[in-house]
Amino acid sequence: MNQNRTYQNDLESIRKLMERSSKFISLSGLAGILAGIYALLGACFVYYLVHYPVSPFEYRIYSIQKPWIIAQLISVAFLVLTLSILTGVWLSFKKAKRNGKAFWDSTSKRILINLLIPLASGGVFILILLWNGHFGIAAPACLIFYGLALLNASPNLFEEVRYLGYSEIALGLISAALPGYGLLFWSFGFGVLHIIYGSVMYKRYDQ
Amino acid sequence: MKSPFDNLDKVLEHRARLQIISVLIANESFDFNSIKELLAITDGSLATHMKALEREKYITVIKTFIDRKPNTKYKVTERGRGAFKRHLDAMEELIKQQKK
Repeated sequence: MNQNRTYQNDLESIRKLMERSSKFISLSGLAGILAGIYALLGACFVYYLVHYPVSPFEYRIYSIQKPWIIAQLISVAFLVLTLSILTGVWLSFKKAKRNGKAFWDSTSKRILINLLIPLASGGVFILILLWNGHFGIAAPACLIFYGLALLNASPNLFEEVRYLGYSEIALGLISAALPGYGLLFWSFGFGVLHIIYGSVMYKRYDQ
Repeated sequence: MKSPFDNLDKVLEHRARLQIISVLIANESFDFNSIKELLAITDGSLATHMKALEREKYITVIKTFIDRKPNTKYKVTERGRGAFKRHLDAMEELIKQQKK
């Protein structure tokens, strides 16, 4: 019986070690919530810039063609992205410090590389789409590539990230079929989903 | 009949060694200092365990330099992976038997 206890302890300890050594547990759920809020604010700004006073829930058959509005849209997207990354790095850094963990180690390096490959390819691809005037599917492409990036990095992150990745990809594909709802899907994917998954992660791991 | 005790790996029966192998299985490679921090053991004792695992050809050592500082990384071998799996199976078998 005693022997049995030891084996069970051993198994338990290696299971924990395998998880702790390969997972980046300092990812902050709060950062996800804030990223979602930035995205929603960005989407509101874009709505007033482009569509107001047409209802945001109305299916649009026209697409934006003015170059300076496109330039503003790209700037808003970049601003949301930059703010989200900065918040994410800052809060995760703080969480790592609080738990006495290294923020920059082989795991976080791998996550960064795994995220960057799909994100950078997606970014270039979307710029090419915009350059060629395919404005309608730029928003779905953002969602799909972002979902793929999350999926690619998920083995080293909490499991919620994988589900968020699946959700973003599915949402992107639906959105590609309904390009007139681009902004709505974009806000849901980057805003609402981030807030939902961020809250789940905050409740489970941050406290 | 062969007892499941015989299937336990003599080298991996030591808890720290089992832990080291499990970290290397979960990750492509891991460096000396990170393993040391993770397991919270001393330099000397980790070095001894590493030597033992190396002697059994369960792990390979990769010595590189980062900014002219030596950096020792370890990887698990196929042999080590097999031994780990057999050892876990034997542990599982023992737990099952004793629960009866």
